[in-house]
Amino acid sequence: MKPVQLLAVFAENKPEQLARVTRELADAGVNIHWVGIADMQKFGVIRFLVDKCDLAYQWLKQHGFTVSRVEVLAAEVEDRPGALHAVASILARKGISLNNVSGFVFNHRAILLLEAADLAAARAALTEHDIHLLSEDEMLGL
Amino acid sequence: MYWEPEIETLSPDKLRDLQLERLRATVARVAARVPFYQRKLAEHGIAAADLRTLADVRRLPFTTSSDLRDNYPEGLLCVPRSEVTRLHTSSGTTGKPKALFFSRRDVDQAASLIARCLVMTGCTREDVLQNMMTYGLFTGALVMHYGAEKVGLLVIPAGPGNSERQLLLMQDFRTTVIHATPSYALYFADFLEKRGVDARRDLALRKAFIGAEAHSEETRRKIEAALGVEAYNSYGLSEMNGPGVAFECEHKNGMHLWEDNYLLEIIDPQTGEPLPDGRRGELVLTSLCREAMPLVRYRTRDITAVIPEPCPCGRTHRRLSRITGRSDDMLIVRGVNFYPQQIERVLMSIPELGRNYQIHLSGLDDMTVKVELSPASFDGRVENLVRLEDRVVEKLRAEILIKPKVELTAPGSLPVSEGKARRVFDERVL
Repeated sequence: MKPVQLLAVFAENKPEQLARVTRELADAGVNIHWVGIADMQKFGVIRFLVDKCDLAYQWLKQHGFTVSRVEVLAAEVEDRPGALHAVASILARKGISLNNVSGFVFNHRAILLLEAADLAAARAALTEHDIHLLSEDEMLGL
Repeated sequence: MYWEPEIETLSPDKLRDLQLERLRATVARVAARVPFYQRKLAEHGIAAADLRTLADVRRLPFTTSSDLRDNYPEGLLCVPRSEVTRLHTSSGTTGKPKALFFSRRDVDQAASLIARCLVMTGCTREDVLQNMMTYGLFTGALVMHYGAEKVGLLVIPAGPGNSERQLLLMQDFRTTVIHATPSYALYFADFLEKRGVDARRDLALRKAFIGAEAHSEETRRKIEAALGVEAYNSYGLSEMNGPGVAFECEHKNGMHLWEDNYLLEIIDPQTGEPLPDGRRGELVLTSLCREAMPLVRYRTRDITAVIPEPCPCGRTHRRLSRITGRSDDMLIVRGVNFYPQQIERVLMSIPELGRNYQIHLSGLDDMTVKVELSPASFDGRVENLVRLEDRVVEKLRAEILIKPKVELTAPGSLPVSEGKARRVFDERVL
């Protein structure tokens, strides 16, 4: 199963940064499925889930962007109260801390994007509790 | 290998005798021909005949950069105008320029000193020098150019900038040696990396002469690693011919100052008192061979120390340690003083950082260091960037004892100048 990879772009907190990056992605014919910005005041990291991650990575690199790929876990949970809490508790019991979390509901499917320093441990813990982790193809097929 | 073996290995005693003889001759000439020096020497009650030993140099008055500005354009000229064959001006960034005149012999002498430097690092007629310094009023490029021609290298007068063309010249003519400022050398290294050029595999570079800006040992190592070269530190100032005043030999451990051409002193910049060998202070130089515009006890403002131990290369001319700053450049922030080079040393020792940085002083006494991230170190994780910032702050605090703000910026986002890099931006409202 191909894990879900996000494209991460270093951006200074200046106007037009998001416009510059997204213009390049459009030129490269890359479709964006999800975007999140981690803002640290003076700089930030823009993260994208895209249909062609490798192409987008090479394209941005060639066009002078500071870019990287980050592996994340995409966990599917039930669309009901307490579902996020269940996932968080599993990880908490194993002492796994999360760095970045985001989530959305699409067609009654609730998806959590999770980043942890120890991704392997997080993956093992969630699989153990029968939490479904989506592959990249599944993510892009939503 | 020596260019002028006899003079380069002259015994220290004979070298001192030669210096004293030339010092007397220089003082006699300026006393006879330059009204500014006539007046100064009279005020100090000293004449060439009073110079009995080299230690008597301390009785002579200093010359400062403001003396050069005050006597602009021709006040310090020591020969008739018809004897002058070249004008340079200083690369100083503030106020009036300094006019620096060369006679035909001065041009030739400056070239000979460069020839000594090049041969000292192992250059031969087979080498190809790509001169990436600014051609023009600045001495950096032209003086090197003449010296390299004297040895018989093929010189490519590329000038700085236009990295695409630099690369093309390097590939087509198999450049083996470059002459550049440290900031341009680093910028060019970044350019090669972006273009996917591996200097070791794709180019014939073997040496880099790095000068015109004080830089740290860490910067040298970055240049060497990125360009696949041996980098030699070069020291000079336009007031003393430009490059070639002092240069590193193959041992790369301090720069031999050509003592038959320059009399060196190290002084306490505050009191003007002489400091012993090994102690850091301001370098003061008296030109011993310059014809058109000799300068007596010129305050260079550069901070260095003499390395008195003999060098295994066999040259008897004493070495200067790396310039750690200009006494003019010293920063005082929140009562603590330090040199920009200290900041540079810290930044260059952190592999996750790039090669370009700026120091901004603002508000009452706020200090922000902006530094580029190295492209390879970005892993997309915000927490690692935050951790890196904290580490940079902590390392800087350990070095300069105050805690600056640190801003990471994107690689290539800080401007690179083609001449001397501007690193310090002081916008304080004091």
